[in-house]
Amino acid sequence: MTETRDPILSVRNLTLDIPVGGGTLHAVRGIDFDLARGETLCIVGESGSGKSLTSLAIMGLLAPRIERRADRLEFDGVDLLKAGPRKMRSLRGNRMSMIFQEPMTSLNPAYTIGDQLTEALLLHRNVGKKAARDRAVELLEKVGITAAASRLGQFPHQLSGGLRQRVMIAMALMCEPELIIADEPTTALDVTIQAQILRLLVDLQREMNVAMILITHDLGVVARVADKVAVMYAGELVETGPAGAVFGQPTHPYTRGLLRCIPVPGKTERGAELGTIPGIVPSLVGDVSGCPFRTRCEEAVAACRGAIPLRHRSDDAHAFRCVHETGMATAEVSA
Amino acid sequence: MSDATTPVLELRNVSKVYTIRQGLFAERKSLRAIDDVSLKVERGGVLGLVGESGCGKSTLAKILLGLETPTTGEVLIDGEPVGAQDRRKLARRIQPIFQDPYSSLNPRKSIADIISLPLRVHGIGDAASQDKAVREILDIVGLPARVMNSYPSQMSGGQRQRVAIARALIMKPEIVICDEPTSALDVSVQSQILNLLGELRREFGLTYLFISHNLAVVEHLATRVAVMYLGRIVEEASVAGLFDHARHPYSQALLESVLTPDPALGVPDTQLGAAYPNPIAPPSGCHFHPRCPKALPQCSSVAPRPLTTADGRIECHLFDEEKAEPATA
Repeated sequence: MTETRDPILSVRNLTLDIPVGGGTLHAVRGIDFDLARGETLCIVGESGSGKSLTSLAIMGLLAPRIERRADRLEFDGVDLLKAGPRKMRSLRGNRMSMIFQEPMTSLNPAYTIGDQLTEALLLHRNVGKKAARDRAVELLEKVGITAAASRLGQFPHQLSGGLRQRVMIAMALMCEPELIIADEPTTALDVTIQAQILRLLVDLQREMNVAMILITHDLGVVARVADKVAVMYAGELVETGPAGAVFGQPTHPYTRGLLRCIPVPGKTERGAELGTIPGIVPSLVGDVSGCPFRTRCEEAVAACRGAIPLRHRSDDAHAFRCVHETGMATAEVSA
Repeated sequence: MSDATTPVLELRNVSKVYTIRQGLFAERKSLRAIDDVSLKVERGGVLGLVGESGCGKSTLAKILLGLETPTTGEVLIDGEPVGAQDRRKLARRIQPIFQDPYSSLNPRKSIADIISLPLRVHGIGDAASQDKAVREILDIVGLPARVMNSYPSQMSGGQRQRVAIARALIMKPEIVICDEPTSALDVSVQSQILNLLGELRREFGLTYLFISHNLAVVEHLATRVAVMYLGRIVEEASVAGLFDHARHPYSQALLESVLTPDPALGVPDTQLGAAYPNPIAPPSGCHFHPRCPKALPQCSSVAPRPLTTADGRIECHLFDEEKAEPATA
């Protein structure tokens, strides 16, 4: 929401509408963010909040029926709103690449690891097969796969979940991208493997100075990996800011509610009642106005039905959308 | 038969071996899914069972539910061996709650049908009393009575998991096997389900076996914890004992992998280099030694013996020397 110097990715007022039976589903409504080289932005939210759609919108992978509008959608000076399918193909897998959640379904079971790893490089760069295979071996070693050369002839089903996700990461890095979008990259993995894969991602990202968007529902992952955090609820970014600020001074009632829901070892008393967020996510079909969280919010007042101002904490980079100046009703009107 | 000191659930040296063949002419091999597991769960307690995928957690749950029979060893409920009991009688005492509320409910049946099925199977009561029981249990799990005529597809994940809990509890079981009951749910819904499970346990004096890979959730809900690796229980202790002073290097690595929401800490380096071993060809000696940062020379050849500690049990050569101390304590 605040300007980032020399952003590699700049998003302003991104809006995604999906036509459904009863009208239009306003899945994403006017989100803004910037991302600089070498920076990690974590988008955190629950299922249906629109985080995965946002990443697909950047990659130009939305279903044709979804309408994408924005005031700005720029990747390193390239206007993605105007880029045609040909231009997008030349960017995807090349300068921007994606790591998906399910390494089993996103790898093709009928092709070898080697074929799938070298495909993007052979397509985008003027290299021979030998050079492409060498690069594949180099990257497999980099992502911590032993006996890398012999893996090239293997098929995805011969690898474990952790290994497949390492292959996905190696694949995303083949063309030395400038932007990586990782959508729940560790959700399907064991905790031990999750820590290893996240560490690998963070190390590689620092080493190669890549910008990364990591999409997750796990606040623990966010806190450990993010430079910047964007909390998404029902298609809107309700709170954004540096990780330290958002976790140190969570301000939006939804962010505070989420943090109360998770048991934190060493902090939450064992067996004590956990915080909850009552109610359910509102329908986004038809007219959506006011704060989307007001139906579940403890601090809700009548003004929450109207326009919601964007506010800043003392740290200018830390912003939230709430009618209350501090995110709390406190001495103001009580609901 | 049973008194206050008899554990409500006990496993004595339970093993489960599957014989598998990889290919038509390949030699038969055996896979030890559960390897000599002994566990006790006190009445009203919650035993958390943790470990990586493929370690045998779910096989153990199936054995307890009577869906698999152990190859050797026995399972006792209230001191009575399960093998001697009728499956129907067993089902009245032990009920499961599964991970995925999307695939564990029949999409063609109404919620009332799903919840009352156990009553109809066991021929308990007439239609009117079954209807009354469904209404009561819906109220207990926090669902409105109007969902009785709904179908699973009309409900959210959290509501479906409440239906699964209602179905498990309608028989008034003593023991509930919860196999990853919240991993498919969003965090705000997860906390509601965890609170509900806690309340139900206090209210009805239920005993849980709680299987989860989320250690923060296990720490929150469990009273005792067993850590499983490749079919064996490598450490067993009280919640405080395990989470405050984990002793086994594998337990320690699992705990280090828990990502608490603290931005001051980076991603931990667990030093668990190699991947999870192939259970068909488990490593010699201590199964954990190829991944263990503290492995001793004997770990690769000699399997560690289970040692009794002040608080539970551990299988690790690191504690052989100080055996006298913890074993007698």
